[in-house]
Amino acid sequence: MNVISTPVGQSVSRIDGIAKVTGQAKYAAEPHPPGMLYGVVVNSPIARGRIDTVHDAAARQVPGVVEIMTHLNRPHTALFEKAYMDGLGVPGAPYRPLHDGEIHFNGQPVAVVLAETFEAAREAAMLVRVDYERWPHNADFKVSLHQKYMPSKTRSNYVPPRPRGDAARAYALSTVQVEGRYHLAPEHHNPMEMHATTVIIEDDGAFTVWDKTQGPQAVQAYLAGALALSKARLRVRNPYVGGAFGSGLRAVYNVFLATLAAKMLKRPVRVTLTRPQMFTHVFRPEAIMDIALGASRDGTLQSMIVEGVTDTSRFEHNMENIVIWGLINYRCPNATADYKVAPRDTYTSSDMRAPGAATGVNLLEMAIDEMAYACTMDPLAFRLHNYSDTDAMHDMPLTSKALREAMAQGARHFGWQRRSMPPGSMRDGRELIGWGMATGIWDAMFSPTSARARLGQDGRLHIATAASDIGTGTYTILAQTAAEAFGMPLDRIDVELGDSTLPQCPTEGGSWTAASAGAAVWLACLSLRRKLIDMLARSKNAPPWVKQDTVTLEGGILHDVTENGPVSLSLPDALSLAGYDALEAEETAKPGLRGKISQMRKARFTHSAVFCEVRVDAELGTVRVTRLVNAVAAGRILNPKTAASQIRGAMVMATGMALHEESLMDERVGRFMNHNFAEYHIPTHADIPDMDVLFVNEHDDEVSPLGVKGVGEIGMCGTAAAIANAIFHATGRRHRNLPITPGA
Amino acid sequence: MTHVSVAVPCRLQINGQGYSADLPPSVTLLDLLRERLDLTGTKKGCDHGQCGACTVLVDGKRVKSCLILAVSIPDAAVTTIEGIAHDGRLHPMQQAFIDADAFQCGYCTPGQIMSAIALLDEGHIHSRAEIREFMSGNLCRCGAYNGIIDAIERVVALQHRNQAGEAA
Repeated sequence: MNVISTPVGQSVSRIDGIAKVTGQAKYAAEPHPPGMLYGVVVNSPIARGRIDTVHDAAARQVPGVVEIMTHLNRPHTALFEKAYMDGLGVPGAPYRPLHDGEIHFNGQPVAVVLAETFEAAREAAMLVRVDYERWPHNADFKVSLHQKYMPSKTRSNYVPPRPRGDAARAYALSTVQVEGRYHLAPEHHNPMEMHATTVIIEDDGAFTVWDKTQGPQAVQAYLAGALALSKARLRVRNPYVGGAFGSGLRAVYNVFLATLAAKMLKRPVRVTLTRPQMFTHVFRPEAIMDIALGASRDGTLQSMIVEGVTDTSRFEHNMENIVIWGLINYRCPNATADYKVAPRDTYTSSDMRAPGAATGVNLLEMAIDEMAYACTMDPLAFRLHNYSDTDAMHDMPLTSKALREAMAQGARHFGWQRRSMPPGSMRDGRELIGWGMATGIWDAMFSPTSARARLGQDGRLHIATAASDIGTGTYTILAQTAAEAFGMPLDRIDVELGDSTLPQCPTEGGSWTAASAGAAVWLACLSLRRKLIDMLARSKNAPPWVKQDTVTLEGGILHDVTENGPVSLSLPDALSLAGYDALEAEETAKPGLRGKISQMRKARFTHSAVFCEVRVDAELGTVRVTRLVNAVAAGRILNPKTAASQIRGAMVMATGMALHEESLMDERVGRFMNHNFAEYHIPTHADIPDMDVLFVNEHDDEVSPLGVKGVGEIGMCGTAAAIANAIFHATGRRHRNLPITPGA
Repeated sequence: MTHVSVAVPCRLQINGQGYSADLPPSVTLLDLLRERLDLTGTKKGCDHGQCGACTVLVDGKRVKSCLILAVSIPDAAVTTIEGIAHDGRLHPMQQAFIDADAFQCGYCTPGQIMSAIALLDEGHIHSRAEIREFMSGNLCRCGAYNGIIDAIERVVALQHRNQAGEAA
């Protein structure tokens, strides 16, 4: 059957589906070791200062309370900041939970109450009183802009902008000029599962830490460093992750505190954050972008000047690539950009879905729309007119860019040609209709990754790598990849992920997992297949027709055609004849020499074209998104069903970015005040229309070994701008701040 | 102040099985299920009744189990995600969620499924817009909303077919 022989590219349902719809999938806060204590964290209500006194006597009176852990009584932790460094490569001095009495940000943990029941821990946590010596702080982004700076050591993934031509002069000479300050509010990831950790103590005293993370091996390394524990006696598991979107890239304080408490009390511990506590760690930074665009009367971009600032904490220098996207994606002879970070007394901002591009692409695409209108050009035609076939910033060719096709297919599907250009011209009763579009761009990345394939006597193929499926469909696409590479029916493949003891895999993020882990699984399966046939061919017991170059493995059975007709051998029989109970192979996918040369010579990106219809109530100003079409060029699509869900999911989050999401800072106390789902609005069912996702045919065997580019972030990029541009088209009003709310 | 050590009798039917114990009155139905009965299919997403991840059926009606104290609903029949598949066969709504790719991370999924089952009972299923409105108490951060509406419509269509079959 065709479906079996080419599982890659099929719309296969998630192989972890049954576990998820029956409630059997176990998340971080769900294993229940006997004797487990519950930890509830007490947070600082001030932004800067020092703990004076901790009053915990009343809390200790609550029956069931075992300990109240603070900086005063905690066990030994690593002395040096370096030991707390994680894989994300943010320069600065990482925050060290319960290290000392100094308060660096509002919401900083100051105590953990540990009790026999959750209810006792929660009640006692409310009774802990802490006196503080208060120091002045600044949590106002506008004030922090006066202190903006370029970190002397930049973040490892930071791409410095490369100017070309003379942008200032070209801008001054341009007949059409558009200039403005664009702003994005800070946002919180808010995965539905709150960050949580359950620490199990094994019989030999080793720790198994179930944590909500995107990188079990990164958390293992972090805990080993920060808590001075032996890596060999520390296993981190995250088989199921209830969303993360970047909030699980760095170790969150719950995993440190739960493991520290388990070390202190020698008992299993669970620490689950509350929803308000989900606003006390990472968030997407607030951002401003000053954009000046110059064009000639015919709509040719002549100059692009982008200056961006994002916020960071006072102790780390988080950086994002927000200013470079227009310089890369548009043919414009003169362009320059500048980027700085602005420090404030909060926790360090961090990566949230499509970090940098979600901010930079969306804000720039809003400015591009303004420029199209300033040139009285259709926004799609304007983009095609200034289309770049290369990475215009690095003056490098691309492995592929089917953005033109994406624009054409998206426009056709949406019916863009029926659009009337003037704003406010498509009214329907009391509703103003607006059609807007934007393009998206995101990196197509590939990181070295290892995977293991094992064939057992039960005839099943077992795939293992330390990747994390945070809802991305990783279990499923790796099974499909293995099925195709090995020649095995999908239902005889098991995939094991989310365990630090499995073969090395980078933290899930950046849309690189499908390309990287996929390639590793592919190699491991080919290797195992070779090994099996080799071993069999060498065995005295094997049938004589088994030869490496003629035998095929299809549908989980070895086949060949001899002069006596077709012959076959089942995999369990093959293993027995070869003299093995099981056979395994581990391989690492790396760029290789050819890949490295290609990476130096060619740039690699995913692209998209997004089209949006909004309806704006003419009197109330309320906005409804009524249609969204996203045409995506992302190389090879391993599973259109799960890939389309990835794109739709990001479009939902981008709708939040455009219309709803905004973490509101009370500068006086330095706290994000709307720290719950009633006040921090994420899109609901009623906010989201039917969304159409089109995958544009894009063959690219250079971008990664399987021709995969990844689809996790691209749906964020451009979608918020398409909505903002549609609102302009509906109303004639330009909004340069996201989110656009009725009061704006 | 009432300390948590004070215990009150709690008697419930959970997925058809009797449960009785003395519980501190501050134990929510959600925490009873998750922390004391190992029924972790019901999820905690906010503990404030704002996200719907903890949706279960109490006497056939959908409720947010984080807003109910376990001791406050004596003799109630509670149905959780663990109680809707029978004899190893998934409930049609569970199967439809898989078929329509109505979830990604799976964390809001049990709540969405329980809510959707009650929705069908309530009859708020006349249009996609109506389904959206009446499912809006269940948030999904992965943004699987389109798939969830598709899944519910599949089950509605299945019911109509079954009813038509019975009538004929």
